[in-house]
Amino acid sequence: MEILMSILAGTLFAAGVYLLLQKQLLKIVLGTALISHGAHLFILTMGKLNRGKPPILVKGIEDYTDPLPQALILTSIVISFGVTSFLLVLAYRTYQSNKTDMMDQLRGTDDE
Amino acid sequence: MLHIYILIPFLAALVIGLAAKKVSRIHTGWFVLPVPAILFIMFCLKLPVLAEGKIVQSVADWIPSLDIQLSFYLDGLSMLFSLLITGIGALVVLYSIFYLSRKEQLVHFYVYLLLFMGSMLGVVLSDNVFVLYTFWEFTSISSFLLIGFWFYRDRSTYGAQKSMLITVFGGLSMLGALILMSNTAETNSIRVMIANRSDILESDLFVPILILLLVGAFTKSAQFPFHSWLPDAMEAPTPVSAYLHSATMVKAGLYLVARFSLIFSGSDVFFILVSGIGLITLCLGSFLASRQTDLKGILAYSTISQLGMIMAMLGFGTGVAILAAIFHIFNHATFKGSLFMIAGIVDHETGTRDIRRLGGLYTFMPISATLAFIGAFSMAGVPLPIFNGFLSKEMFFDSSLKLGQTTGFAGMFAEWIPIIAVLGSIFTFVYSMYLVFGTFMGKSNVKQLEKKPHEAPIGMLLSPIILVVFVILVGLLPNLINEPILAPAAAAVTGDLAITHLQFWHGLNAPFYMSLLVIGIGAVLAFTLKKWQPVYNRIPGKFSSDHWYQFMLNGLLKSSKIITGFLMTGSHRLYLSIILLFMVISTSVFMYFTDGFKISFDDLAPITWPEVLIGLVMAVAAIATILMTQRIAAIIVIGVVGYGLSLLFVFFRAPDLALTQLIVETITVALFLLCFAHLPALKKSDKKPSEKLVDFILASSTGALLTIVAVSSHSSKSFETISKYFVDNSYKLGGGDNIVNVILVDFRGLDTLFEIAVLGLAALGIYAMIKYRDKGDMNH
Repeated sequence: MEILMSILAGTLFAAGVYLLLQKQLLKIVLGTALISHGAHLFILTMGKLNRGKPPILVKGIEDYTDPLPQALILTSIVISFGVTSFLLVLAYRTYQSNKTDMMDQLRGTDDE
Repeated sequence: MLHIYILIPFLAALVIGLAAKKVSRIHTGWFVLPVPAILFIMFCLKLPVLAEGKIVQSVADWIPSLDIQLSFYLDGLSMLFSLLITGIGALVVLYSIFYLSRKEQLVHFYVYLLLFMGSMLGVVLSDNVFVLYTFWEFTSISSFLLIGFWFYRDRSTYGAQKSMLITVFGGLSMLGALILMSNTAETNSIRVMIANRSDILESDLFVPILILLLVGAFTKSAQFPFHSWLPDAMEAPTPVSAYLHSATMVKAGLYLVARFSLIFSGSDVFFILVSGIGLITLCLGSFLASRQTDLKGILAYSTISQLGMIMAMLGFGTGVAILAAIFHIFNHATFKGSLFMIAGIVDHETGTRDIRRLGGLYTFMPISATLAFIGAFSMAGVPLPIFNGFLSKEMFFDSSLKLGQTTGFAGMFAEWIPIIAVLGSIFTFVYSMYLVFGTFMGKSNVKQLEKKPHEAPIGMLLSPIILVVFVILVGLLPNLINEPILAPAAAAVTGDLAITHLQFWHGLNAPFYMSLLVIGIGAVLAFTLKKWQPVYNRIPGKFSSDHWYQFMLNGLLKSSKIITGFLMTGSHRLYLSIILLFMVISTSVFMYFTDGFKISFDDLAPITWPEVLIGLVMAVAAIATILMTQRIAAIIVIGVVGYGLSLLFVFFRAPDLALTQLIVETITVALFLLCFAHLPALKKSDKKPSEKLVDFILASSTGALLTIVAVSSHSSKSFETISKYFVDNSYKLGGGDNIVNVILVDFRGLDTLFEIAVLGLAALGIYAMIKYRDKGDMNH
């Protein structure tokens, strides 16, 4: 299962990177969202999958799933949410100000 | 104690910088003057301690984890330099009070000068090599600032930049040598290195260490082929040229060679490199000095040549040579310092430094002229018992003759040294005579000068007079400074104290005949100089190191422009491609060579169909995001990926993650929908197939790399996880049943705090972008 999930994480990453390389701002934002999904899955697979009970202490149970990756991912989910929403609004504002959302038209002037 | 000595100039710089503008009626120099004067007295008070053969030292921790201490010690060599730095420093400050008008940026000038003084003291007192390096670079920086003091002149900024580039290049090379030495000898202390010198001498890295260190010393002391920065540094105000570029900073390279010569001397490579470069510099410098037309230019090349002579003597390494080198360091500071000051006076009172326009000034400024004659005769080594320069030059000839005992290649080289020494000294004589006779004797063309020349005010003359008094006093009674200052300094370089009695008359021996030869030929050349001018001007040009400096600087600028133009195209796709390509290649090459890739099928979770199905759907949805042409469809498929992930979290027993992911995904989708309404429709990619192929290869190789890293990190277990700690202590220490929550708010509470900060920043940014858009539009 871990190997399958690693492949899935790789696939999400590949799709995300492909989108990042596109010209349209929208696609780039979508790409970052996909990449964060991939990264979360990647971290989760690092600890073993499906070992023991969910990490909530119950009397009499000794064996729990690794809680550390989960804590890290939780932080990461929230941060990637912040980043994605920031990027979205940035894309929106860029389009408002420049009337284009194509990266190659947003390069700035030569004399900069 | 010594820390205070070094700290005083820095503190004074701070005080002057903050307070001096308040008192604008009095020249700032008067407030600065006590600093070097008091320091000079403080150092003098330590002289009796050194005379007993002891040293003064003090240590304080700075970066203990790297074994870097602020450890300072004062032995004979440091004492000589400290006295020069503070003594000449005091005279230069006194001189500058009359040289610089109150209209100049005096606060800047004196702050830089004090910074230099403190750093230079740091260089000569440090025991820790890295502290030494730090102060060393400080001197380069303060020299840069002082050369560029008149920053509105193009030549000043050019000279400042050139000196900075060359000396900092040398400084970095020296840092390399110091790191190698500290690794080889396993210590950062110079004294411990010297005590265990065999560690460095017998190491395989001996030659690289030596060369790197010498590059540092040669650049700082303006030795061939790095000498070309010194003449351009003459754009600095004359007090600075007298102080930094003649008496002290340029001698830091000599100090470095002297300080480490206990480790290196005896090695043939050291002898050939240091003496060879020193002698080349001696000849080249004195030859080039005789064809300059600027007074300060002559003095600059003369400094180069004199530094070369001292360097050569340090390379000889014999007792006589070292004593002569130390003696000449002192003498050079006195006569060259006074000559620079006189050159400044001439410039100040006549408005020009061009020797072709000067002449016959003796009648107008007799005191300056007398001082200049004494200084120049001392520099030329005229055999009279009132010139200290003659004594040390005689010792130079003497030591050059006593090298015959060396064998092998070094021995062959040694045989030529007396001849080269005489050759270099002939030109020294020529430019010394040219300098004073050209300026003060001969036909006067006063009418063409901008100002009517007259004698300088007494305040300006005071400093050169004091220096010239030293020239004569030491010339008459060399043993006055021999025992208290020179002998301990030489002892610090050679390792044992041997007091040689210095005397003027040695009888009719070889060195004396060499002197006579120099004066004979020198006099003929000097007084027929005009006829030789065409010959002088024919040599160098393309081969000068100035030419090479320009060539390299232009090359550097051109190539960096090309590289920048190639990389910084403004295309984010190119930037990303480079980053990804580097990541993929470096990681995979590293994994290949370290056998990093592992795959093991033991200890895997069983494969269950619901999870596989969800995974498949997610993979298809992710790829579909790329292919979607409708905005709404793209949002939906990316939602599928997100919700799928939260379902996976449920299966993998991460309830908190599943909940959070669900909420976040919902909000994100809502946000996407909100924004997409205002954004243009998805366009069909207009990329060429080849570009698409590149994108595809990059994306898939990044994905594959991630998979490989995930699999191998999962398959290899390098250490126990720390997770058990959280499971065991969640309730005990955190008081919570939900381990993930306890980790977030308790064990790793700071992480969460910063996470909140990130969210807050994002929210602020979003608010600002939406709220202030009209203002931004108005500006466009």
